[in-house]
Amino acid sequence: MAQSYELIEHIYDTIVVGAGGAGLRATFGMAEKGLKTACITKVFPTRSHTAAAQGGISAALGNMNEDDWRWHMYDTIKGSDWLGDQDAIEYMCREAIPSIIELEHYGVPFSRTPEGKIYQRPFGGMTTHFGQGTAQRTCAAADLTGHAILATLYQQSLKFDAEFFVEYIALDLIMEGGECRGVLAWCLDDGSLHLFRSHVTVLATGGYGRSYLSCTSAHTCTGDGNAMVLRAGLPLQDMEFVQFHPTGIYGSGCLITEGVRGEGGYLTNSEGERFMERYAPNAKDLASRDVVSRSITIEVREGRGVGLEQDHAYLHLEHLGKAVIQERLPGIAETARIFAGVDVTRQPIPVIPTVHYNMGGIPTNYRGEVVTLKDGNPDTVVPGLMAIGEAACVSVHGANRLGSNSLLDLVVFGRSAAIRCSELIEPRSSHKPLSENACEKALDRFDAIRYASGDQRTAAVRLDMQRTMQNHASVFRTGDVLSEGVEKIKQIESAFKDISVSDRSLIWNTDLVETLELDNLIGQSSVTIRSAENRTESRGGHAREDFSARDDKEWMKHTVIWRDDAGKTTIDYRPVHLYTLTDEVDVIPPKKRVY
Amino acid sequence: MVEFTLPKNSVVQSGKEHPSEKQDGNNKRVEIYRWDPDTRENPRMDVYEVDLDACGPMVLDAIIKIKNEIDSTLAFRRSCREGVCGSCAMNINGKNTLACTKAIEDLDGPIRIYPLPHMEVIKDLVPNMTHFYAQYASIKPWIETQTPAPADHERLQSVEDRSKLDGLYECILCACCSTSCPSYWWNSDRYLGPAILLQAYRWIVDSRDENTGERLDELEDPFKLYRCHTIMACTDTCPKGLNPAKAIAEIKKHLVERQ
Ligand SMILES: Cc1cc2nc3c(=O)[nH]c(=O)nc-3n(C[C@H](O)[C@H](O)[C@H](O)COP(=O)(O)OP(=O)(O)OC[C@H]3O[C@@H](n4cnc5c(N)ncnc54)[C@H](O)[C@@H]3O)c2cc1C
Ligand code: SF4
Ligand code: SF4
Ligand code: FES
Repeated sequence: MAQSYELIEHIYDTIVVGAGGAGLRATFGMAEKGLKTACITKVFPTRSHTAAAQGGISAALGNMNEDDWRWHMYDTIKGSDWLGDQDAIEYMCREAIPSIIELEHYGVPFSRTPEGKIYQRPFGGMTTHFGQGTAQRTCAAADLTGHAILATLYQQSLKFDAEFFVEYIALDLIMEGGECRGVLAWCLDDGSLHLFRSHVTVLATGGYGRSYLSCTSAHTCTGDGNAMVLRAGLPLQDMEFVQFHPTGIYGSGCLITEGVRGEGGYLTNSEGERFMERYAPNAKDLASRDVVSRSITIEVREGRGVGLEQDHAYLHLEHLGKAVIQERLPGIAETARIFAGVDVTRQPIPVIPTVHYNMGGIPTNYRGEVVTLKDGNPDTVVPGLMAIGEAACVSVHGANRLGSNSLLDLVVFGRSAAIRCSELIEPRSSHKPLSENACEKALDRFDAIRYASGDQRTAAVRLDMQRTMQNHASVFRTGDVLSEGVEKIKQIESAFKDISVSDRSLIWNTDLVETLELDNLIGQSSVTIRSAENRTESRGGHAREDFSARDDKEWMKHTVIWRDDAGKTTIDYRPVHLYTLTDEVDVIPPKKRVY
Repeated sequence: MVEFTLPKNSVVQSGKEHPSEKQDGNNKRVEIYRWDPDTRENPRMDVYEVDLDACGPMVLDAIIKIKNEIDSTLAFRRSCREGVCGSCAMNINGKNTLACTKAIEDLDGPIRIYPLPHMEVIKDLVPNMTHFYAQYASIKPWIETQTPAPADHERLQSVEDRSKLDGLYECILCACCSTSCPSYWWNSDRYLGPAILLQAYRWIVDSRDENTGERLDELEDPFKLYRCHTIMACTDTCPKGLNPAKAIAEIKKHLVERQ
C-alpha cells in the first residue's frame, strides 16, 4: 500500500524544519555561508508562533543601567533552579550581546531610548549584581517584539535567497544506521510527498503547548519535531518541566506579557491586596514565573480568587496612564479589549496561570547538535541531526525559563547551528546512497492514519488528552493524581488506535493534518506526565505537593525518556553540566532560590 | 456526453444543510463556501447550525466547532487565534477580516463566510497566496545600507524617527486590504496593492535605510503604484487598524517632492 506513493526527491546540504525565530535564523545563516539550504514549514514563515511573542528579548547591553552578561548568566541559572547546563547558559548570555546588535543591524524596529539606543525593560527574575538590583535587560519593540523579529528574520532570508517549502508538513525523520539522512514531507497545496535528503537536518518545530486545554500557544504548537525524534528511537529531555505563565487571559488563554509587570503593572486578589509582596518580598510581581503562578494558585485555593467563580486574579495597569500604555503596550490594550472586553486604562485584566512554554525537548549541546545517552556516554552526538528553539533542550532554561530568554535562545542557537553546519559540511558535497526502503516506516504510518476508519473523532480524543494533562499535570502535582493521569493517557493512546479520518484527499486535508498532530501530541503528553510522575522532588516549574523540597543530592540531573512504537516509555538520566565553557566566569553553585 | 466544468469561482450552488442537534438551542446559521479540488465540482454554500451556548465568542471558534463536531472535511487556515499571525483572513458577511478577532455577537443574522475575494481558491476557505508573497519579496523588504553598521553597537535611531514606523511595522500580511481593493482585483498581475505598498513605505521611511531613492524609482511606475485611486476600501477593512491608503498617499507625496 505504501508503495503507491510517489516521492519527489530533493537534495540539500542542510534542511531546516520550521520557520519560527529559530528556524529562520538558522536558515539564512546557512544560506549566507554558502550551504544549499531549504526550509520546510507548515505555515508561512511570518505566521509562525514566534509572531506572538510580546515582551522582548534579553541581552546585557546596559543601555538603561549598568549591566553584565555574567549577571544575566547568574539570573538564568537561578531561574533554571540549577537544572540548566552552565556551559550553554554562559554561551547564550555572552553571545546575547552580539546577537541582538546583529538583529538591530538586520533592521528590527526596536523601541528606542532618548539617546537612540535599543529600549530595554525590566522582566521577571532579571537582576543586577547577582540578585541585588532590578535589571532593565529585555530589549523590546513595543509589545510586538516577536512579530518584529520574525518579520526581520524572514526579510533577511529573502535577501539571502534561501529556499522555502511553505505549507509542507514534515512527517518523519529518515534515519539510517543511527544517522539522520533527511526528512519526509507532505505538500498541502497539491498533495505530493517529498523526500528531502540532507547532510544535516535541523528541527526548529517549536513547543507542544496544545497538549493542554488552556495554553497561550497557537493551534500549530504540536511539537511535531519532538514526536519525530521519539519515533526515531531517540529520547526527549526534561519533559516534566512545563511553564505556566501567570497571566493568561481568563477564558481565552491569550497571553498578557510579563512586560506589563515590567512596566509597573501588579496583581491583586479579591481583597484588593497586592499579594505578591507576601510571596516574594524583594522581587514582588517580578518574581520568576513559576513562583508567581504558584502564588496565584494558592490565593485562589485559599478563597481569595476574583470573579464569579472566585478562580482567578486581577492584573492592573490602569495607573500607568494612557501615554505609557499607548507607547509601550499597545498590543496588550488591543488583546485585552478583544478577548476580555476590558479597557486597560480603566479596568484590571482577569488573569490565570496558563500553559506557556516547554523547557523540555530534544537534548542538544550548545552547538545545536542533538545528543543522546548511549553506551554510558551522555553526550553522544547523533550524526546529521540538530535541534534549536523551543523544540530543543540545550539546556539553558533548566526547570524554569526566564521571560525574554526564549527569543534569545532562538537567535543565539539558530546562529550557532549555522556556524556548526558550516564547520561540518563541505557545500554541495555528495550524499551517501540511501537504502530502497528508507522511507517505508514513515510512509506506512502516514498511510495508516490517512485511511484510519475507527469510530473515535480526532477532536474528541484531543479534548480528552488536553483535559487529562490540564487536570493531572498542572501547576501543583501529586503522585496519585499523576499516576491516575498516566493511566488515562494510556487509555487515550488506545483510543487513538481507533481514530477515524473522514477526509481522504491529499490536498489541504486538515483533518489528516490534525490527526497526525494529535498522534504527535499524545506521544509528548505521555512522556511529559511519565517524567513528572517519576521526579519525586520540586524544582522550578515542577512543583510536587508530596515532595515539596528541591533534592539536589538525588535529582540534580536531566530526565531523558524514550518511547517505543508500542507506547512504552523508558527513563534514564544525563548529568547537569556544572561547569563553564571558558574561565571568564565561575560556576554558580546551587543555593536556595528566593526572590 | 459533453461535460462542462465551470471555473472555480463561478456560480455557487446551495450545498448541504447541517441542522443543529439541539433544536431549541441558541442556534446561529453559518453558511460557508466550499470547493473541493478533488471533485472540481461547482462551489457550494454549506449551511451549519451552531449552538452558541456551547461555542467560543469569535467566528473562528464557530468554524473550529464545525470542524470538530460537525464536518471535519472543512479546510481553513488558522494558527495564533489572537489576531497576530494573519492566517485566518477571510470574507465574513461581506467584509475581509480575521475570523479569530471577529466577535459573533457583532454579526446580525446568518453568518456568511467566503475565502478572500478574487484569489484562486485551493480548497474551501484556503486561497492561494503565492503571488501576494512574491509581490512582497519583489519590493526588497529588507534593510539596505551603504554605510557599514557600527562594529559593536546598534545603529542609533531617534525616538521620533522610530515612531514613523508605527502603523507600518505592525502589518501581519493577512492580505485583507489588498483583496478588498478593486484596483487590485483587476490588476493584481502588475499593481502591488495596499499591503505591499504599505510595506514598501515602511522601508522608505525607516531612517536607517539608505536606499530610499532606488525604492522610490522602483515604484514610479504606472502600474505598481498608480493604480490606487484612493477608494479607501483597504483602510476601512484592515483588522489591525492600519492605514495603507495613507501610506500610499505618502509614497506619492515623496515622489512629487523629489521632482
Ligand atoms: C503568547 C506568547 C508570548 C511570548 N512572548 C515571549 C517573549 O516576550 N519573549 C521571549 O523570549 N519568549 C516569548 N515567548 C516564547 C517564544 O515566543 C517561543 O518559545 C518561541 O517563539 C518559539 O520559537 P521557535 O522558533 O522555536 O518555534 P515557532 O515560532 O513555534 O515555530 C515553529 C515552526 O515550525 C514549523 N513546524 C512545526 N511543525 C512542523 C511540521 N511538522 N512540518 C513543517 N513545519 C513545522 C512551523 O510552521 C513554524 O514555522 C512567548 C510565547 C507565547 C506563546
Ligand atoms: S485606497 Fe488605493 S489601495 Fe486602498 S482600496 Fe483604494 S485603490 Fe485600493
Ligand atoms: S495592512 Fe492591514 S489588512 Fe493589509 S495586510 Fe497589513 S494587517 Fe492585513
Ligand atoms: S489565527 Fe492568527 S490571525 Fe487569526
